[in-house]
Amino acid sequence: MFSRLLMTLALLIPVVAQAGEAEDRGLEIARAADAYDQGFGDFQADMVMTLKDRRGRKTTRYIRIRTLEMPDDGDRSLSIFDEPADVKGTAMLTWSHGLKPDDQWLYLPALKRVKRINSRNKSGPFMGSEFAFEDLGSQEVEKYHYRFLREEPCDDSQCFVVERTPAYTYSGYTRQVVWIDKNGYRLRKVDYYDRKNAPLKTLTVSGYRQYLEHYWRPDRMEMVNHQNGKSTLLEWKNYRFRTGLSERDFRKQALKRLR
Amino acid sequence: MRGLLLSSALLAASVSAFAEGLSGNMAVEGRAFTQGSVPPGRVDNEWSLSAQPRWQWVLGRDDELTLELFARIDEGLGRQHGDIRELRWLHVDGDNEWRIGIDSVFWGVTESRHLVDVINSVDRLEGLDGEDKLGQPMIHYSRLTEDGVLEVFLLPGFRAAHYADTDARLTPSIPVRESLARYESSQEDRHVDGALRYSASMGDHDFGVSVFRGTQREPLLQASMLNGQPVLIPFYPLMTQWGLEWQAILGEWTWKIEAIRRIRDDGRFTAATSGFEYTFYDLGASGIDVGWLLEYSSDQRPEAVFDDDWFTGVRLAFNDAQSSEILAGLLYDARRGSQSLRVEASRRLGDSWKLSLEAQSFNHVAAGDPLKTLARDDYIQLELAWYF
Repeated sequence: MFSRLLMTLALLIPVVAQAGEAEDRGLEIARAADAYDQGFGDFQADMVMTLKDRRGRKTTRYIRIRTLEMPDDGDRSLSIFDEPADVKGTAMLTWSHGLKPDDQWLYLPALKRVKRINSRNKSGPFMGSEFAFEDLGSQEVEKYHYRFLREEPCDDSQCFVVERTPAYTYSGYTRQVVWIDKNGYRLRKVDYYDRKNAPLKTLTVSGYRQYLEHYWRPDRMEMVNHQNGKSTLLEWKNYRFRTGLSERDFRKQALKRLR
Repeated sequence: MRGLLLSSALLAASVSAFAEGLSGNMAVEGRAFTQGSVPPGRVDNEWSLSAQPRWQWVLGRDDELTLELFARIDEGLGRQHGDIRELRWLHVDGDNEWRIGIDSVFWGVTESRHLVDVINSVDRLEGLDGEDKLGQPMIHYSRLTEDGVLEVFLLPGFRAAHYADTDARLTPSIPVRESLARYESSQEDRHVDGALRYSASMGDHDFGVSVFRGTQREPLLQASMLNGQPVLIPFYPLMTQWGLEWQAILGEWTWKIEAIRRIRDDGRFTAATSGFEYTFYDLGASGIDVGWLLEYSSDQRPEAVFDDDWFTGVRLAFNDAQSSEILAGLLYDARRGSQSLRVEASRRLGDSWKLSLEAQSFNHVAAGDPLKTLARDDYIQLELAWYF
């Protein structure tokens, strides 16, 4: 009896140790990726979002993005909509905070109204696209639990493959498998699994360029939904870093005078 | 009014050559009333065209000028009008912002009515929900703080309400004589009004406190006789209004309160609207958000319509590529038993068109209800707008 228990324990110990190791290594990679991107200050970029339906019909949105790095909190960001024309001037302000729900306000130019919106809306589509709000939000380290899976070649590079499980509530995913390359901690690919753990979407990130001789930003992010056959392409243009944005530009009041 | 329209259009044409940003929309609208009118002979169907262009000129880093015009042309039913919605200069100096000219502002948090929103007069010819407003001349100073903003308003010039002809619907059946309007202030419509407001966000809470002193934006309609015919004469009293607004997000719940204390010659009145919105986000991973709204309004003012009224509604946001939305709501007067059902829906067509539907029915309007005049004005309205 006692020997059987001992044998079971002996069999279990390496497994447990290995699991802990995989989690530590996954977290370590996430922290290293986060640390690598710190210190960018602020950036602005233009985003062209092309929605493609199952039959290949396309619609395009033009959005300007401004992001401010906050030293002791999640990033603050502004999305300003230029097209489609009926939403021109609409803007969304987000103050992200790790695990605590983000603060979010929407400016509606027709009513000149700044409306607080409920940031519990994580899994819903952003602007009718295949990107959910949670896919585009600030990816703080503490938002996920991590598990290192393996290393494998990816395109021209070698990648860490890490599984991450959302630590925040209201996520539309059970887990995500992410490919991060070893020579710049750049996100290359993400497989998303829905609430039933079935494959839902794949994000492919490409066209990385380096800014300020350090920070990597992609030109293209393509999200393909395997369940509904739709896809969304984000093309990033005109990245500018350290443009002099300050906290003043990310106040709720600033929504009324964006240009 | 035609003169204003024409001169606005000319002004617009002459300055548009220098415009850096032109945007706006043009729309065609059809409205059908489903019941015969009381009194008989009012229109059953109407068509109209509207345009709302907006120009923005950036004058360096800290200054900009904007111009927004609005015009509606109809078949001659008195909804034809034009307005300068905005013609203002904005100057930003660090934490100080100045807005000088014609502008409009929005205060408040609730959905079924806008109690504290007191700066602009409502453009009644565009709708009764208080969301279309006449441009108000103002000097508007804002001082930004860490969490909020303190605003000071000086409001010279008053925008009187306009009523459609008695041939039209959704207007009193007795003619309103705007030209005979009376004012409590001896300066009439030249009284300079003023307001102060502080609003801020703290965590999940947004709040605002405000005070306004000046001419009441919505007139009291006084029954009178003119050449042996009954008429309504607008009377604009002076008032002081204290306002309070608060909103908090707690989980899927959004709680809202608006309250006012209005002090006039004929008394001191309190009114409030409060309620919540509860949203099921991404229902069953469909991407669709379903929101449930419930608001209660009380109002001590003698002219009040929402004196003891409930509003409940459902908001559907499909979050699709066409941004399809539906909002359906029921207003119920707990004291008189009157009911009104309202539906608003919209969907984008292609990249630059939008189709909107609006329908309202007035059911069981009780005798003595201020809504009685609308009792047979159930309507359905479709608008096709082109955005540029």
